Amino acid sequence: MITVKKLVKRFGLKTVLRGVDFEVQEGEFVALLGPNGAGKTTFLRILASLSRPSFGDVRVAGHRLPAEAAAVRSTLGVVTHLPLLYGDLTAEENLRFYGKMYGVFDLRNRINEILELVGLTSRRRDLVRTFSRGMQQRLAIGRAILPNPEVLLFDEPHTGLDQDACDMLDRLLREVAGQGRTVVMTSHDLARVEDLASRFDVLSRGIIAASTKRNELGKNNLLDFYRNSLVGRA
Amino acid sequence: MSNIRLTARQKTSSRFFGAVGAIIWKDLAAELRSRELLSAMLVFALLVTLIFNFALDLDPGTRRVATPGILWATFAFAGTLGLNRSMAVEKDRGCLDGLLLAPVDRSAIYFGKTISNLAFMLIVEVVVLPVYSVLYNMNLFNTGLIVVILLGSIGYIAVGTLLSSMAVQTRTRDVLLPILLFPVVIPILIAAVKASSGFLQGLALTEVMPYINLLIVYDLIFIAAAYMVFDYVVEE
Repeated sequence: MITVKKLVKRFGLKTVLRGVDFEVQEGEFVALLGPNGAGKTTFLRILASLSRPSFGDVRVAGHRLPAEAAAVRSTLGVVTHLPLLYGDLTAEENLRFYGKMYGVFDLRNRINEILELVGLTSRRRDLVRTFSRGMQQRLAIGRAILPNPEVLLFDEPHTGLDQDACDMLDRLLREVAGQGRTVVMTSHDLARVEDLASRFDVLSRGIIAASTKRNELGKNNLLDFYRNSLVGRA
Repeated sequence: MSNIRLTARQKTSSRFFGAVGAIIWKDLAAELRSRELLSAMLVFALLVTLIFNFALDLDPGTRRVATPGILWATFAFAGTLGLNRSMAVEKDRGCLDGLLLAPVDRSAIYFGKTISNLAFMLIVEVVVLPVYSVLYNMNLFNTGLIVVILLGSIGYIAVGTLLSSMAVQTRTRDVLLPILLFPVVIPILIAAVKASSGFLQGLALTEVMPYINLLIVYDLIFIAAAYMVFDYVVEE
């Protein structure tokens, strides 16, 4: 579903990604781990077509970036630590706006389904700026899955959420990922992603330093795997 | 086969116009609730008009000569306030990324933002003109002047929307926009002031037409240029 070969990204003289090779199969849930400044967000922004690769081959759902960016965008849903929602519009208006931008078919029913899924039906006519951070993040997930995308990209979705909101978000992420979608999620929180992802990749100093599947890890060994993969690199 | 191709093209163009319409609706609906942008532009524009009225204690003849300059200085500065705020709203909550992630031609975002920015600027102008007429005791309800204001505003907002989407990516966006914008819009401001002055002084249309033509050409060139480069301007 996602294939990345020898991806390099430079900002002026600074090289952030130094030849990333990465592949995700359909239906896989990959957690992309790494220290601050490793290039996780830059990598996700390139997959989302928000940033151009300097060199390398990037394909999402069979479409090449940046040449077929519009086709890639039609297969994607993206959630970041910012909700990408308008505070002066209601929950329903935000979804209607994004639905029109994505050309979603049968928008009225789809909005009802999404609000039901994220548990915000009773708040559909409330302005988003009156929502708590957790509610905004749930609505952000609703916004991302509104056009029923094949691939979901989550960039640190737990940032700024309290424990209860994180648990609720995890339940929603499991439900959304369980519908056969391919998911790539960046995170710092190993305890949270341990139960969510089926594969863990560590991005360090601009390359994928290590990769393992969940069934290859023993119980509670993700922290050891993560630390070992950073030895001599951090 | 040709029917299928036509349908696909119609679908693309309907998606494009749907996205333009959605952005305009979103901007107007959000502004109707917050009134942040319009109130700032209006208060600023009315204050400038009032200050000029007290500062330049003009006789009727000089007033007629000074009016185009005062009007366009007011519109230009109030317009810059609106342009900055309009893009800042998109950037602050990450919504610009939300727009850029939509699977539509990105020029739809440009046209949507341009039309809503133009609507805000025209609302300010509709309020300022009668207030100015009363304060300066001048009749500004002249069809020629209104056409010039419309053409000048289109050009100003067409360039301003493009440059504000560049400036908003920087930390110094509030300062950067006027620095980038004013040198580029000098031709449009000169043409607009000259054409407005011509209409207010009752010159023959043939004397004003070169400036009107300049405004039309400027509008077309900058809308076409923005259409071509917007994708690159908003991408990292």
